[in-house]
Amino acid sequence: MLIRSIPPFPIAPSEITPEAVHADRRQFLARLGLAGAGLALAGCGEAAPPAASAAPAAAADLPALAVGQKRNFAGDETPSRYQDITEYNNYYEFGTDKSEPARNAGSLRTRPWTVTVDGECEAPGPLDLDALLKPHALEERIYRLRCVEAWSMVVPWVGFPLADLLKRFKPTSKAKFVQFFSLADEQQMPLIKRGVLPYPYREGLRIDEALHPLAFVAVGLYGRVLPNQNGAPIRVITPWKYGFKGAKSIVRIHFTESQPETTWNAIGASEYGFYGNVNPEVDHPRWSQASERRLGELRRRPTLMFNGYPEVAPLYAGMDLRRYY
Amino acid sequence: MSAAARLRLARLLVWAGCLAPLVLLGLRTLHDQLGANPIEFLERALGDWSLRLLLLSLAMTPLRSFSGWIWPLKLRRTVGLWAYAYICLHFAVYIVFDLNILEPAQALAQLAEDLVKRLYITAGFAAWLFLLPLAITSTDGWQRRLGRRWKALHRLVYPAAVLGVLHYVWLVKKDLSDPLLYAAILSVLLLWRWPWPKVRSAILRARSVSPASPS
Repeated sequence: MLIRSIPPFPIAPSEITPEAVHADRRQFLARLGLAGAGLALAGCGEAAPPAASAAPAAAADLPALAVGQKRNFAGDETPSRYQDITEYNNYYEFGTDKSEPARNAGSLRTRPWTVTVDGECEAPGPLDLDALLKPHALEERIYRLRCVEAWSMVVPWVGFPLADLLKRFKPTSKAKFVQFFSLADEQQMPLIKRGVLPYPYREGLRIDEALHPLAFVAVGLYGRVLPNQNGAPIRVITPWKYGFKGAKSIVRIHFTESQPETTWNAIGASEYGFYGNVNPEVDHPRWSQASERRLGELRRRPTLMFNGYPEVAPLYAGMDLRRYY
Repeated sequence: MSAAARLRLARLLVWAGCLAPLVLLGLRTLHDQLGANPIEFLERALGDWSLRLLLLSLAMTPLRSFSGWIWPLKLRRTVGLWAYAYICLHFAVYIVFDLNILEPAQALAQLAEDLVKRLYITAGFAAWLFLLPLAITSTDGWQRRLGRRWKALHRLVYPAAVLGVLHYVWLVKKDLSDPLLYAAILSVLLLWRWPWPKVRSAILRARSVSPASPS
């Protein structure tokens, strides 16, 4: 299947926050602060700091990757700031507060790293990460990322299509699903002993979803190696699904005939479905999914069906998406 | 220290303690230190301080019983009003940034939907509503006018505190350790008020045997 280089894009340019407004947010916030803090701060008289640049200055210590093709799958939307992408993470193995993974994930050792492939495939086995990555040319894809908690960001990932990886293992005709296991190591992730989730973290996709051209394997972002808190050294990205569907720090890929267990679905089936497709019309039982807060914006914006990736709709033709949420 | 001096010192500390979180939040906002999701940060911080001060106001009566000091009763109203101020700010951030205040009709419809469909918002809103008449009648004049009924009215603080803690418990996705800590503290404060006179008088008798501090 050919990938269209310009995906259909459902947002009119007029709906997108102008860059000047976007960049002005920090000053807006500063004004907000002046108003909020009142007289106590009036004496400071300090000008607001200039808007921070999106350039990954903070990533200087991470190696740059050789990126070939660069494609934008997020229309005219501005990528989120590197700092926002890397300091606001859901990675419960490193803490449940969103600022914790950035502080705690330094203990993750991403080399040597082995990915074990098993189940319904003809070429199973343990594979060293570098051998696993070697055949793949890296490309950049700018995708929207919508969290089930109703916030979102735009991320320039570096990686390659998930289909290219999975096909190397020659899944058999019985491989109807693929399951991904994240690392769960008490030495590197002492907080997993709290048992907030049942570990290892597991996620899964129907095989046709996993082979869809939009499904992606990320090993980097903003042109550099993936920071640990973002799921280094290798993770899955399915931009039309809520973020929890993208397993981080993958150590095992398991092909299976029946629908595999997935972590959030196992502990809260009424709140987190197996599919996890972004759908503004199906609310989370406790909050609305109709709108979202984009990091870097103050007000909420409407959430788009399939997160603005209508090309995946044929995967779900004839399915009741209220039932299969 | 004389009771009057202690009251002066306590009043100073209570005011400083209640103002400090607001000043720090203002400074963080001014210096762009609210993280990637500043609205969420403000909502969480203001919500946290609302609950902390509400629980502190409920701790004043037990503190008075245990210590024999006068100042906790004199400052209970101050702490309670500060708690309500934080609740109002917390609510205001939600109204301005979560509901689209630029389109009032749409914001009102959204608020109505949230109140009906989202239990944690229902609980939080009810808590704010319960505390509204308490804030209004907190003046000396109202206390005089309402007489005995004033005390009955201000018992609304108990259901409001329960609703406030439930608001937090129900909104958390998975890790309940923080909201359950608030729930535990509230339980202790409410159980203290349970009418089990024997137990309580025994505890207080045991305390009064030890040399009381001069007041």
